[in-house]
Amino acid sequence: MYDFSKMTGAIHDWLSSIMPDLGVIITEWVIIGLIFLAFFALLGLVLVYAERRIAGFFQFRLGPNRVGPFGMFQTVADTVKLLLKELVGTDRADKFLYNLAPFFLIIAALMAMAAIPYGLGLTAYNVNIGLFFMMAISSIGVIGILLAGWASNNKYSMIGALRSGAVIISYELSLGLSSVLAMILLAGTLNMNEIVMSQQAGWWLFRGHIPAIIAFIVFIITGTAETNRVPFDLTEAESELGAGFHAEYSGIKFAFFFLAEFVNMFIISAIAVTVFLGGWLPIHIPYWEGFNNIMDYIPGPIWFMIKTSGVIFLLMWFRWTFPRLRIDQILTLEWKYLLPISLINLILMAFIVMMGWVF
Amino acid sequence: MTTTEIDNKTGLVTQEYKINMGPQHPAAHGVLRLVLTLDGEIIEKVDPDLGYIHRGIEKMTERDTYKQIVHLTDRLDYLSSHINNEAVCLAVENALEIEVPDRVKVIRTIIAELTRLASHQLWWGVMGMDIGALTTFMYAFRDRELINDIMEETCGTRLTMNYNKPGGLMFDIHPNFQKRVKEFIKHFKVSLPEYNTLLSGNVIFKKRLQGIGYMSKEDAIAYGVSGPSARGSNISCDVRKIHPYSAYDRVDFNEILMEGGDSYDRYMVRMKEMEESMKIIEQLVDNIPEGDFETKTAAVLKLPKGEYYQKVESARGEFGVFIVSDGKKSPYRMKFRSPGFANLSILDKISRGHKIADLVAIMSSLDFVIPDIDR
Repeated sequence: MYDFSKMTGAIHDWLSSIMPDLGVIITEWVIIGLIFLAFFALLGLVLVYAERRIAGFFQFRLGPNRVGPFGMFQTVADTVKLLLKELVGTDRADKFLYNLAPFFLIIAALMAMAAIPYGLGLTAYNVNIGLFFMMAISSIGVIGILLAGWASNNKYSMIGALRSGAVIISYELSLGLSSVLAMILLAGTLNMNEIVMSQQAGWWLFRGHIPAIIAFIVFIITGTAETNRVPFDLTEAESELGAGFHAEYSGIKFAFFFLAEFVNMFIISAIAVTVFLGGWLPIHIPYWEGFNNIMDYIPGPIWFMIKTSGVIFLLMWFRWTFPRLRIDQILTLEWKYLLPISLINLILMAFIVMMGWVF
Repeated sequence: MTTTEIDNKTGLVTQEYKINMGPQHPAAHGVLRLVLTLDGEIIEKVDPDLGYIHRGIEKMTERDTYKQIVHLTDRLDYLSSHINNEAVCLAVENALEIEVPDRVKVIRTIIAELTRLASHQLWWGVMGMDIGALTTFMYAFRDRELINDIMEETCGTRLTMNYNKPGGLMFDIHPNFQKRVKEFIKHFKVSLPEYNTLLSGNVIFKKRLQGIGYMSKEDAIAYGVSGPSARGSNISCDVRKIHPYSAYDRVDFNEILMEGGDSYDRYMVRMKEMEESMKIIEQLVDNIPEGDFETKTAAVLKLPKGEYYQKVESARGEFGVFIVSDGKKSPYRMKFRSPGFANLSILDKISRGHKIADLVAIMSSLDFVIPDIDR
């Protein structure tokens, strides 16, 4: 398993030898920032393309297949179109908040991406409260949605934003408090890299008995709600509210919301992979030594991406299969079912960890 | 207009929230404008506002001959265009006592049922979309395409077929017609259960529809609701059964009745009606009598002085044509009784107290086609 901290360390040493400390820090910030911006944009493009192709697959269609090989440049073309479009706004909107709102979502998504472990030593912000940091940062996004709905001076946007606020704040409870906390009990750490390393003997999903499986299911459901996707997409609710909170946004501002939704999906999948599915660790099957050795040759980031794509595919599958829930049904699901289940699950998990019944 | 309430305890001022749903709205399926009065998410009042697609068809009929009028009726409920045509043709034929050949009756019935199937398929796809399941639309269009192909081959057009004329049909069926229809029935017998697996049985879908938009039997009668929407409230109102026209008296089919009266029952009535339609087509498609496809009539028909009414069962309910003739080549007055208009009138009654999302579901379950409501 290649340790990427050797590479980053070498770069750091080389920079230190040619410039003062302050220069090194600033240069590294700029480099990392640029890498993440590029990764963010690329991720958005790839996920939008994947979503459209997968939707086509589910609906007996082809999806985009004209621009470039297999239509791969379709999303690039769409982004260029959005970049060149005129920005149309509403007349009596609160201009400052209206323009500020998309950045909340983008910044929340970008910051959360920094703490994800992409490989051994490949984490931009390796902090001892990594998971907590991600939970905290990703909930900033809802402020952007609320601002967008409030500031655009549109009744539909307002309803959409308030729905979103109600849903995200409720589901944050199950997501953070219960299902992730249960896994933290198991792993014994909040550091994302250490959580991954603690799964070398096997994924927590399988080693954590039934509570881990329940936590995983709850996590996937709440994660879907957090990212405002079908069956919890009542924030946008195309058939009810037009486009919901981003109805009044056009051009690149709309693209910000659009990209942030897809990147949020990636972040939720990345957390699921890190916590439940062994992160960037290769798949190992007990007693299959030859197979395991071959798997070890595949680099960690590739494993991470494969697993994340699997979870993302699952989320996309939901989107193209399920109808949308109603606002009261969503809140009922959370407060009456998911939250009690995950609290009980937490106690069960604590009991299992206390008794040392982990495989 | 808006009422303002002041909470006694907190002193908070709350206002009724009014929003315009439509005329440009994804759930309006056209240009229906609903003025909603909301209390948060809960609907207090629905006020439909029509007139955005008014084309004055009833007035236009007063200038045209009866053979020309048939073509205008396509544009009423474009999803059951053939059935509308048939209603006008039957009215004229009855008035002039023209006896149409058996072959015409059977072909008209088959095409009417195909139209009904196509209409229900489209409704099913859009219903799913309104509830938020986007894939249903593509499933429905995959199958609807086959019906449209049959129509294209036989009638020349895919949607507004204009296949009828007073006295018979425009031309005979295409030689491939029977084969294509049988192929379609074979295909749709497999894919209709798919519809049920994808949507009808889905827990979320059931939760979204069951108990939503309850329409009691008395209300439905009082508001003149007809068609599948009324049959969901256990009202026997199928014109095909009660006053059989064309070839409906010689086929065996069931009138689907459901007891519940909620959106899910209205949904299930349509799903089961599709099976019945297939049954009717199956019985007729092999038994198309030989003969002429029209009875020769004069180029310009003049109805004797008097009043004539003909009703048929369109995909949305009872479609009626009322003609007042003063003996000239054009009617003195012509009135269409469109099912959608009566069905829309009950929307306010059944959607009060539900949420915005429910309104969309209720509208879908009533199956509106706006050009039918707004002539």
